Amino acid sequence: MSEMIPVQIDDIKCEVEKGTTILQACKSAGLTIPTLCHHPDLEVAGICRICVVEVEGMSGLQAACAFPIRQAIQVHTSSPRVRRARRVNLDLMLSEHYGDCYTCVRNGTCELQDLAMEYGVDRYRYPSTTSPKFRIDRSTAIVRDQNKCISCKRCIRTCIDLQQVSALETANKGHDVLIQTAFDKPISDVVCINCGQCINRCPTGALRSNTPNELIWQAIDDPEKHVIIQTAPSPRAAIGEEFDYEPGTSVTKKLNAALRRLGFDSVFDTNFTADLTIMEEGTELLTRLKKALVDGDSSVKVPMFTSCSPGWVKYAEHYYPEFLDHLSTCKSPQQMFGAILKTYYAKKMGIDPEKMVVVALMPCVAKKFECNRPEMTDSGWKDVDYGLTTREMAVMIKEAGIHLKDMPDEDFDHPLGLGSGAGLIFGATGGVMEAAIRSVYEIVTGREVPFKGLDIAPVRGMEGLRDAALTIEDPLPEYKWLDGVTLKVAVAHGTANARLLMERLKTGELDYHFVEVMACPGGCLGGGGQPIPTSPEIRAARARAIYTEDHQLILRKSHENPEVIQLYTEFLGEPLGHLSHKLLHTHYTPRGRFFLEGV
Amino acid sequence: MKNEKKKILFGEFVTGAGITRALEMGAGKVVEDVKSSNLRGRGGAGFPTGLKWFLTAKQESDEKFIICNADEGEPGTFKDRLLLMEQPEKILEGMAIAGFAIGASVGFIYLRGEYIYLRKGLEDAIASMTKNNFLGKNINGSNFSFDVEIRLGAGAYVCGEEFALISSMNGYRGEPRNKPPYPSEKGYRDKPTVVNNVETLCYIPYIVTKGAEWFKEHGTQASTGTKLFSVSGDVKHAGVCELELGITINQLLAEVGGEGAKSVQVGGASGLNVAEKDFDKPICFEGLPPGGSIIVFNHKRDMLHVLKNFMEFFVEESCGQCTPCREGNYRLLEGVKMLEKGECSVRYLKELEALCDVMKDSSKCGLGQTSPNAFLSIVENFKTEILYR
Amino acid sequence: MTTGTRAAIDELHEILLKHDKDRTQLLPILVDVNNYFGHIDSNAIVEVSRYTNVPIGEIHGVITFYSFLGQKKRGKTVIRLCRTISCDMAGKEQIVRVLEKELGIHFGETTEDGMFSLEYTNCIGMCDNPPAMLINDQAYGDLTPERVVEILGSFKLSEYQDMFGYGGVE
Repeated sequence: MSEMIPVQIDDIKCEVEKGTTILQACKSAGLTIPTLCHHPDLEVAGICRICVVEVEGMSGLQAACAFPIRQAIQVHTSSPRVRRARRVNLDLMLSEHYGDCYTCVRNGTCELQDLAMEYGVDRYRYPSTTSPKFRIDRSTAIVRDQNKCISCKRCIRTCIDLQQVSALETANKGHDVLIQTAFDKPISDVVCINCGQCINRCPTGALRSNTPNELIWQAIDDPEKHVIIQTAPSPRAAIGEEFDYEPGTSVTKKLNAALRRLGFDSVFDTNFTADLTIMEEGTELLTRLKKALVDGDSSVKVPMFTSCSPGWVKYAEHYYPEFLDHLSTCKSPQQMFGAILKTYYAKKMGIDPEKMVVVALMPCVAKKFECNRPEMTDSGWKDVDYGLTTREMAVMIKEAGIHLKDMPDEDFDHPLGLGSGAGLIFGATGGVMEAAIRSVYEIVTGREVPFKGLDIAPVRGMEGLRDAALTIEDPLPEYKWLDGVTLKVAVAHGTANARLLMERLKTGELDYHFVEVMACPGGCLGGGGQPIPTSPEIRAARARAIYTEDHQLILRKSHENPEVIQLYTEFLGEPLGHLSHKLLHTHYTPRGRFFLEGV
Repeated sequence: MKNEKKKILFGEFVTGAGITRALEMGAGKVVEDVKSSNLRGRGGAGFPTGLKWFLTAKQESDEKFIICNADEGEPGTFKDRLLLMEQPEKILEGMAIAGFAIGASVGFIYLRGEYIYLRKGLEDAIASMTKNNFLGKNINGSNFSFDVEIRLGAGAYVCGEEFALISSMNGYRGEPRNKPPYPSEKGYRDKPTVVNNVETLCYIPYIVTKGAEWFKEHGTQASTGTKLFSVSGDVKHAGVCELELGITINQLLAEVGGEGAKSVQVGGASGLNVAEKDFDKPICFEGLPPGGSIIVFNHKRDMLHVLKNFMEFFVEESCGQCTPCREGNYRLLEGVKMLEKGECSVRYLKELEALCDVMKDSSKCGLGQTSPNAFLSIVENFKTEILYR
Repeated sequence: MTTGTRAAIDELHEILLKHDKDRTQLLPILVDVNNYFGHIDSNAIVEVSRYTNVPIGEIHGVITFYSFLGQKKRGKTVIRLCRTISCDMAGKEQIVRVLEKELGIHFGETTEDGMFSLEYTNCIGMCDNPPAMLINDQAYGDLTPERVVEILGSFKLSEYQDMFGYGGVE
């Protein structure tokens, strides 16, 4: 039982648990205090000094986000001293910020703008920055504009503490302090895994994704080009947030209508290839298990890790290159789709693959890097031309004057437009694992998974590391080598949790057969391309939308997807067959965690 | 105010007497004694030492640490340099007594990088005191052991702030943390830690052997004891002098041959600039900041130039974390340069003074909270000379 | 001396092995490496990262925080002149001119032969003997132009004698 402390905040009296911060206390009392460097996912910094409040008996103002209440105090949240401090600190930030709002991607969604409006800023109190000092740094996925940085260090805390990637650093001290990439090298030369979590948490336009919108418009406007878009479940569960929907409202069917009106020639569902991935990866898992456990083939590595998260893949390439043979050789659903589109689909529909432009709507910023990987050309062309994020898609829709709320409900195009609920739940952490188990278990035993409603609860949830065990009893004859085997699986999201697993793998203590890793906290629904802001509540709401949509579908298991079965019959042959191998599987590149190009 | 010049640190002392007495008294009594002596930190912040020890002593932890803050960096301060060079045994003994009082068996001296030439002397003192059983295993035959390690700084004034110092020792940039939690709860290696200034530790052996009441006979009621003043600038006798707290500037100037001064910077760059009219004010915790740095300016000195020197110092030495300090000091320096060129309007000067108040109110640590004092006090004292160039 | 050669890497490892692999040892390690090699170059940072498991970006962030540490190679003899007010009032400017003239470089630069670097530093606690400077691990106060020339002379002589070796200054 935690000690309760009486607190008075302005004219509200309440009781809080000892150790609650003033900010938390205000929130539960219904009071809003402006913050900037504070973020619900990150450790407290207390450096912007916007949230300062007056605490009676203390001489200086205190940062509400960092002050733990340990005894009865009286707090004033908008005394003259507080208002003046907030305003002056805001003015100091504005004087350092190169604020060319009109050309900024965060115009209208910038937290600095919001504060300036809220505090009635109507002039520059101090000499302001009228021209940019820094060059803009651009990689395939991420664009960094130091001129807009206000040193709130959210990106630092995300990259170093939350994701434990450490591609960013704080350099120098005093007024020369710079938030930059490690050694100020270009983003493409440091260990950045392109997870884009920094973008999600940056309050200004200092960090943003590398937008292909212009190029996609050009393709759409070009009558010769056949522009196809595949959409993933996470953007569909979140893009509504850009159109005033509550977080957790899935707008799949309205989005389809909007995309057609935008000018896309075909609209497909990435869940289709998610199902395809399950077929390939499930078969790969069973093959690996047989070779490793029964045949004793030590060249085949277990546990097998999923490989559809390009952020995770790059993380493994940098930090654990010696374990890359544990990764499934399956491509991600996005990449499988591109390869299928420019071969099977092009031939089937009589479209010249040269004229085909494949766009992928993803919650992810790393997908931009993924589709540009040199090996992703198995179709003979660049399999996926552009990775487009949820935020970028919203911009295009608005540019076209389309009101999402007014759109009718429309279905995907077929074939390649049918996806199961299993494929859909890829968007949530644990979803790939659940989809895989639904199919693998049934393929092996001939029975449905013994979970009510097919909801495999042990692998769901938001804890960073989860595991589960499933004993195979009474399998089909060809799988009798699995009889009595307890399949041990684990799920991790956020690369910090991936690191915990990999460190145990290094010491030989990792006792699982199959592990799902998503680079982003929450899984893809928390991806770097998703609407800003992000928070545990918002991600939980998006997860609920995804699991609800799974229940609304009739088709809920990947191996039962008739269009996938048709694809194998008409084209691929069988999972892990020769053509599958060529188009749907890939290899990885060891990169190391120091400099990419020597010193 | 007492007239006789009472000396503590420059008085007699037998090495080992303090720790011996402390071991006899017991840890609890030591803490009580230091508390009732009213000794306050001599590094500038002035936190009651006994209270700091008390709060740390009552923490339950498998490990606790004593850190001697030898990161003396306040402009005009060199008293710790003298103590480190001439009285290292006293410092070490103070550390051992502190360790005994709070339950620590390991102590560190965080020695600023600029004082690297003092390291050998300190290492020799540690060796000789260990040989004489006043440090190391089973001190004086008791079951109390205490070892001291020297850690070098690398050129960062802000690391004199206790949390920045702890961050530095933990292997991070020297960036101060939010308080609470305090170092007494979570410090070095997240364990209870006491950070004490060099000079503060030197008084400990005396307090323990001669008693709290004796200590309180020096100084004023609220500011007990003596203080080492580092005097520099336009004076006949620059150097360290030990005087009772509560002494006025006039009395101090008479001591060091600095009569006829235009102004005195009391407490370093982060202290106050005091003009002639206030030379009768006392230097003590309830009066002018008793950090110890005294810089004297004669009538030939351009006070704006002095202010510029101070602000350049702060702009460079700020850790850069929090907005008011990082940006505020920069704007103040910019304002000083405008004043130099005669380009600063009275209206903008008022903005800068308001900025100073905000920095004092909302900065994350003492650096940003005190750096505006130089600006405010110098501008206040010499407005005509500064404003109408 | 950069840490590109095998011999240098070996010496670096000898320094590393004197410390635990803990993060609390990071600053002592960096100080030792900096004092031995005159700087901490990228090779050294990689080795320190391997040893302590601290990411290179964070090590770089720590190095750039402390003014005595750096990536850029400093001269064998680093002269740091105090520019804070007490030394400033006692004739520091004259010392600046003498140093720049005698060494042929400006403050912030290193002589071409890699022997001397000139830097400003903030209060070094020698305010009772101003103006003052640090040269490597020694402090020199009560500087006059003549004394500065004398001090430089004694360093130059010992530098030439030591010219073909590299190694730490303790």
